[in-house]
Amino acid sequence: MRTRASGRTVGGLRSLSLQAPAVTLLLIWMAVPLGMTVWFSLQRYNLMMPGMEQFAGLENYHYLLTDPALWRAMANTLILVASVLAISVVGGTLLAVLYQQEFFGRGIARVLAISPFFIMPTVSALIWQNMMMHPVNGVLAWLLGLFGLPAIDWFSSYPLLSIIIIVAWQWLPFALLILLTAIQSLDDDQVEAARMDGAGPLAIFWHITLPHLKRAIGVVVMIQMIFLLTVFAEIFVTTSGGPGLATTNLAYLIYLRALLEFDVGGASAGGVIAIVLANIVAIFLVRMVAKNLAS
Amino acid sequence: MATLQLKGVTKHFGETQVLKGIDLDVNDREFVVFVGPSGCGKSTLLRIIAGLESASAGDLVIDGERINDVGPAHRGLAMVFQSYALYPHMTVEENMGFSLKLAGTDKQARRAKVHETARILQLEPLLTRKPKALSGGQRQRVAIGRAIVRNPSIFLFDEPLSNLDAALRVQMRIELARLHEKLDATMIYVTHDQIEAMTMADKIVVLQGGVVEQVGSPMTLYHHPVNRFVAGFIGSPKMNFLPVEVSDVSASGVEVILPGGERIEVPVAGSGLTHGAALELGIRPEHLMLDERGPLAGRVQVIERLGGQTSLYLQQDDRLMTLMADGDVAHRVDETVRFGFAPRRAHLFDAEGRALESLERHPLTHIQRCDNRAS
Repeated sequence: MRTRASGRTVGGLRSLSLQAPAVTLLLIWMAVPLGMTVWFSLQRYNLMMPGMEQFAGLENYHYLLTDPALWRAMANTLILVASVLAISVVGGTLLAVLYQQEFFGRGIARVLAISPFFIMPTVSALIWQNMMMHPVNGVLAWLLGLFGLPAIDWFSSYPLLSIIIIVAWQWLPFALLILLTAIQSLDDDQVEAARMDGAGPLAIFWHITLPHLKRAIGVVVMIQMIFLLTVFAEIFVTTSGGPGLATTNLAYLIYLRALLEFDVGGASAGGVIAIVLANIVAIFLVRMVAKNLAS
Repeated sequence: MATLQLKGVTKHFGETQVLKGIDLDVNDREFVVFVGPSGCGKSTLLRIIAGLESASAGDLVIDGERINDVGPAHRGLAMVFQSYALYPHMTVEENMGFSLKLAGTDKQARRAKVHETARILQLEPLLTRKPKALSGGQRQRVAIGRAIVRNPSIFLFDEPLSNLDAALRVQMRIELARLHEKLDATMIYVTHDQIEAMTMADKIVVLQGGVVEQVGSPMTLYHHPVNRFVAGFIGSPKMNFLPVEVSDVSASGVEVILPGGERIEVPVAGSGLTHGAALELGIRPEHLMLDERGPLAGRVQVIERLGGQTSLYLQQDDRLMTLMADGDVAHRVDETVRFGFAPRRAHLFDAEGRALESLERHPLTHIQRCDNRAS
């Protein structure tokens, strides 16, 4: 395009016309809902009192930010995201190393290890609630019984931990899948060179495998973060955010406000806060990953 | 510094046997080159010596000690890989110092050793770079430096120059030869390029199909190949082969009838040959001479002029023969030329491809590369 003197504007127009559908779609799908959410968050707007809408300024935000439930939900969200990330990255890396080894039935084992990712969140939550963690019928209760230990009522004794376990069980396979693909691209010669240099299995893992996986781990963290900030089905199905607010995250709090209290204004304010939170996290993260990818 | 013996080393991968009993002695400070076509087992043999593969049977002995069960890091060897296998996330300095770091050498000693090695290889300005920011030749030198830092008793090279362009390859070849002299180390070098083998080796091991075909100095292999395979593999362009018939056997050699009907006497031992037996005569392109009264004739198919030399590809009956002539020959394509050769330059091979032993040894065959350079 640089070689044609007049081509710049022509090319610009042409590429603009080609970009237009995508840009329009993005506008309709993102900018409009975002704008409406911001607008609603500034309204006194409750579905139980139709026709009473009026401009409320920052009242919704004031109400929300002084509500202890918001801070509890934010803390829960961060704990949930951080714990699941830690479990899936550490576990995924170790499993990727394991499934990279040659052993009998490796193909089947790989498929089994990855399959939880294909199960719907609602279904997996039900499985865990009724088959694994149930204090009477659950597999975990039976296992504890084998050692003569009392059964644990997971969802009332350790509600947030239970949610973390369920969500981690779903997302560990995703991390495994990405990291396994990455580990397969590790050059055999490098490992052999390290062996000649006197590196044992641990040193090879630490000095060769892990640095090789750095980028892939960055990708896993970024993608999972996006989805983990909005975990909802697992909470809705099992604990309904309780007991109390013990398992209420931001997504669930917005649901509570919007659909149980019909407070559209308050829910929208919660949504805007969630967007801000997600963006703060994302900026740090995208920077970190981008730096990784660039180097 | 170190000697290496292989005794009856074999290797199976499942059903296929890639090494069929290798016996070999590598002397102290020798530069040994394994050469052969791809799939001949030369890389596998090197990997067995390195300890990256285990031998199915046979003994590996370094300095009189059996090392079959010693791990790769503890054999006192260092290897330079074809792909260089540098650690991409480490700087040149970290790459070269990695083995020392693992061995627990303290930082100062490590630094001193790496810098000393970098000086030998002129890598000092590159020490803080990552491998990605290096050219092919620089990566190659870093890989060699990483090997030197370990101070090994034997260096192993797995086709180290095959990823470099032609000019750089010649330069690295010279550098490696100089390095061998400077380090005074035993080196084992794998290549499929017979020019690398001829120019660098004290001793060449020609492998084919998992078997050692011949071991010897470059000049021995060139002048006295033991069979048709070695004769064809060593030397470039390839040796020409002609079918001949025995007409007479005497104490001074074997007289054979060339395809054109001419008779010549080749000075080789022909005991046991009968009149009329079919043999194959081998003659190198550089030993064929254009000669108006020569015993052979051929039509010029292709002419390659290299400046100083000219290769003529000649159609002789149903064969294409190569002749290296002077750069000034004026022949053209489709001309018919006559050519011949000195009988003592010819080789004779029996029906099984074995060479008939020459009656006189070539005077250069026992001269080693190092002695040659000193004189």
